Amino acid sequence: MDAQTIHGRLLERFGERIRAADLEAVDPWIEVSAASLPEVCLYLRDRLELRFNMLHCISGVDYFEGDPQRSAETGWQPHMQLLYHLSSLVYRHRLVLKVRLPRWKDGVAGELPEVPSVAHVWRTADWHEREVFDLSGVRFTGHPELRRILCPDDWEGHPLRKDYRAPDEYQGIRVR
Amino acid sequence: MSFERIDPDLVELDVGMDEILINVGPQHPGTHGVLRVLLRTDGELVLGAEPYIGYLHRCKEKIGENLTARQFIPYTDRLDYLAGMNMNLGWALVVEKLLGLEVPEKAKHLRVLMCELGRIASHLVAAAAMGLDLGSVTPFMYCFRERERIVDLFEAACGSRLTYNYITVGGVMADLPAGWLERCEAFCNEFEQVIPELHAVLTGNAIFIGRTAAIGVLSPETAIDFGCTGPVLRASGVDWDLRRDGEPIYTRLYDGYEFRVIAETEGTYPGAKRHPPVPQAAVVGDSWHRFYVRMLETVESLGLVRQAMARYRDSESPCGEPVKLTQKLPKGEAYLETEAPKGQMGFMVVGNGTAVPWRVRIRSSSFSNLSVLSELCRGGLVADVTAVIGSLDIVLGEVDR
Repeated sequence: MDAQTIHGRLLERFGERIRAADLEAVDPWIEVSAASLPEVCLYLRDRLELRFNMLHCISGVDYFEGDPQRSAETGWQPHMQLLYHLSSLVYRHRLVLKVRLPRWKDGVAGELPEVPSVAHVWRTADWHEREVFDLSGVRFTGHPELRRILCPDDWEGHPLRKDYRAPDEYQGIRVR
Repeated sequence: MSFERIDPDLVELDVGMDEILINVGPQHPGTHGVLRVLLRTDGELVLGAEPYIGYLHRCKEKIGENLTARQFIPYTDRLDYLAGMNMNLGWALVVEKLLGLEVPEKAKHLRVLMCELGRIASHLVAAAAMGLDLGSVTPFMYCFRERERIVDLFEAACGSRLTYNYITVGGVMADLPAGWLERCEAFCNEFEQVIPELHAVLTGNAIFIGRTAAIGVLSPETAIDFGCTGPVLRASGVDWDLRRDGEPIYTRLYDGYEFRVIAETEGTYPGAKRHPPVPQAAVVGDSWHRFYVRMLETVESLGLVRQAMARYRDSESPCGEPVKLTQKLPKGEAYLETEAPKGQMGFMVVGNGTAVPWRVRIRSSSFSNLSVLSELCRGGLVADVTAVIGSLDIVLGEVDR
């Protein structure tokens, strides 16, 4: 099924909870609201004509430009973006789901933005969400065990945030 | 005085009273690198096996945000360092996908040639290490002897034995040196003779079968749910290979090539007559099948190498010009998965109009393949954990990135 048809189905079913789409992009994507993500994912996985049975990857992209001069040129407001790359081994179609999040919850610096977990839809999401939490700083609510996976448990900050500053010291050892 | 016989079932229940946590790794030869597995055991039974990873984490994705697309190629070599060529290809293709670039015919054949040699080398290491994990040292020597010859071929083509930086955005770094094809031809002919030897020391070996058959059985549903790919997925009977089923920019490389996807369908493997039979004890999705799929894939890859050499000889075009180091990337994102030896390796690149990507994302096949470990080990014996880890064929450079 092509991206147009899938987009049509989702619009019909979820209405305005489907925020935006670019079906002409290199990889066609559809943006959904954070709150409706698990519902949309279950729909995509379970509908007999869609059957998106494999989640390949969850990526977090931090859209934040620290330099005020360049920030004016970017044309976007600072935000976090999550990308879910899905495919169906049954019908061989692919789709990218996007979720737009604030960089910080309620605009309070240090409070991680939240999005519902989809670990109960695809088990792949378990480790991938832990990785996005660890490196990009997004809290997945309802995740069975959200803790760091690649960095040590006592690491501070989220390295793939654009305003991340590597620490000078870790456990008394100079690391810079 | 009379003795009461103890009901054997009661003993089992009694054992369940004391669980012991056993820490395996991160410095343990059976874990294929710096992997730590926390085993929850009850006597000889494994109740859970939780992997702890990150010991080799170098934050490659962050490094990618500070380099131009072509400068990142050498870093991809260090992901799956047993199949550097395939990693180069994954990154080169995704950048080409974003740029809308198509490489010339000759470069495509060179890429297929190198990647299939890389696949053979990687599968040989998988077989060698799996044998070694189960206490068999001879196959290790056999496999590394053959792999050494592939590494020599790579060295002759690009000057490097492990980290190649050969396949690059826009083509390949250099054409083949004189006499290379003859050396490769000789390797193919001799390797073909060795395959029965490898089958003799491992595939049909009664001890090896005893240690791997019906151990760590992975159902196709669980495999897909956990995002397992590559030989791990195909060994569960799922007929899925990106070289045939992937995105056009990748499958175009294999246009006109003849090869079979190795997966058991309708109770039999393709070309089963030419290979040792599947033992009675083995069930689809177990450790033995994961090993067997890799062994059969080396034969298919060998066929692809031969076809690639013939088509390389026939092609007239130049072998491609690498793009400028400062090639600007257009705005937008591209994601592409390729069939690396260990599974589907995905790269995402987000461009913002400059030469340096805004974001680089690496989807590792070993990462997802490893996440299923606890499911496979639960209910098995402690000694089977190494058999399962060996059969998953993970590389920690790729898991931790």
